[in-house]
Amino acid sequence: MSAAERTGDVTSVLPEPAQDERSEFGDSAMLGFQFLLAVVVLFMWQGASGRLVDDFFVSNPIDVFRRLYTWTANGSIFQHIAATIYETIAGFMIGASMGVLLGIWLGMSRFYSRLLNPFLWALNALPKVALAPLFVLWFGLGLESKIALAAILTLFIVFINTYQGIKDVDEDLLDTVRLMKATRGQLLRKVILPSSVAWIFTGFKVALPNALIGAVIGEMIASSYGLGYLVQLSGAQFDTAGVFAVLFVIGILAVILNQLIEMAHSRLDHWRVLNR
Amino acid sequence: MSMIELASISKTFRQKGEPVEAVRNLSLSIGEGEIVAVIGPSGCGKSTLLNMISGLYRPTTGRVEYRGERVTAVNTSVGYMTQKDNLLPWRNVRDNVSLPLEIQGVPKAQRERAAEELIRRVGLDGFEEKLPSELSGGMRKRVGLARMLLARPETLLLDEPFGALDAQLKLAMHQLLLSIKEEYGQTVLFVTHDLVEAITLSTKVVICSRRPGTIRYSRDVDLPFPRDVLNVRFTEQFGEIYNDIWEQLRQEYKEDRL
Ligand SMILES: Nc1ncnc2c1ncn2[C@@H]1O[C@H](COP(=O)(O)OP(=O)(O)OP(=O)(O)O)[C@@H](O)[C@H]1O
Ligand SMILES: [Mg+2]
Repeated sequence: MSAAERTGDVTSVLPEPAQDERSEFGDSAMLGFQFLLAVVVLFMWQGASGRLVDDFFVSNPIDVFRRLYTWTANGSIFQHIAATIYETIAGFMIGASMGVLLGIWLGMSRFYSRLLNPFLWALNALPKVALAPLFVLWFGLGLESKIALAAILTLFIVFINTYQGIKDVDEDLLDTVRLMKATRGQLLRKVILPSSVAWIFTGFKVALPNALIGAVIGEMIASSYGLGYLVQLSGAQFDTAGVFAVLFVIGILAVILNQLIEMAHSRLDHWRVLNR
Repeated sequence: MSMIELASISKTFRQKGEPVEAVRNLSLSIGEGEIVAVIGPSGCGKSTLLNMISGLYRPTTGRVEYRGERVTAVNTSVGYMTQKDNLLPWRNVRDNVSLPLEIQGVPKAQRERAAEELIRRVGLDGFEEKLPSELSGGMRKRVGLARMLLARPETLLLDEPFGALDAQLKLAMHQLLLSIKEEYGQTVLFVTHDLVEAITLSTKVVICSRRPGTIRYSRDVDLPFPRDVLNVRFTEQFGEIYNDIWEQLRQEYKEDRL
């Protein structure tokens, strides 16, 4: 069972695709099927639009790709992508580091974790995107308010995972190492952190797409750049092809970000096996 | 001077609100350099006793003293090999064994040399790179033993250290323990269910009653050192001690059945 499945908290993780060794199809065959599935869906979409459903509501793949092509060719899309990526990454970094620190602090301090427990659960239950108007007031219309929204979404997820990871550390291991005259810092570095790394990374994995959501929603509320702004703008102009085109780009971004964090995780596992 | 002094200690746990009395009114004095074996029925509070001496548990009543001072926090003068192996699962054998020196700040090359020496002495050379999950139960126990010995604590607490080993290995580990003890003169307290092992290694055997544990019988073992761990059991004196303690144990376990 993965760490997040056990927490059953905030946002559940999508199930990992089964790594079944008896599977009859290899990775490249599967990639082929995935491509095929996408093509079939696109054809059905193209076929249905204008015949079964009004083109005005669902647009059609050809228009969407034409739109993507125009935006790419004239380069206008790139500043929006760059802004959204920047906000997502910055918000994620800030939120993740604060979440880890808060998780370690409360995980190691019985007094403060008991003191703050009800408040943290109350805060966690709030729909964080509802903070967006406040953040606009506090941080203005610029990048900062979007970064703050991405950060706050990240923070709670990473905090809860880190906290659980630290609570999950085997007390007997801690006692054993305490008997070796370990200081609190040594306990943290040699037992607590290595044993909660898996939990913390699960937090990162769940949090990163949420940071992206935070950035996009922030842009939708008040902005003049970014993919969220572009969705908002296209929608306001009844430009369904534009909306789908931006959604497509956001989807691609999410896949790339997920890939990056998977890579970081496997690098870390590799490093752990070599060094510890 | 006595090294460990237990003055009428009791320990009561709460299990789902119900009090469970694990140890009752137990007194024991262990002198410096003694080797004491504790035998007793399962669940009689032997592990609890070691946990109190190491300062991991507080006694409910009574005092635990170490070198004349009351134990109120984790007692870092003892090395404790727990019943469960408690190895760090993400560290290989070498890094587990060298952990105590790592914590003391000994440079890497030096601590690894020391660790490898002990890994060889517990018969695990060739397994330095293995993770605990890749080892057998008996191998993990030996990793724990090596790790404890590496720190050179002045007192050793061992909870069923050789239970999971085959007869040959057991003898080798007995020899190792006695030779380390001869070199460094530690005080040793160990728990076992094996009476031959208890007498072979110890200067005193203590029998613990069934729960709530208290001392039922204790007897000095005045076999001379150095001992031949294989052949000492065939001596007449050993046989006499064995029969005496066995008689006591038989009664203890017989009561247990009823
Ligand atoms: N942390 C704890 N919390 C609650 N009860 C405990 C705890 N530790 C031990 N006990 C109880 O105390 C009693 C003595 O346990 P202990 O582990 O000391 O026995 P033992 O003599 O070491 O047994 P064994 O020979 O099987 O290892 C048992 O009834 C056990 O259930
Ligand atoms: Mg025990």
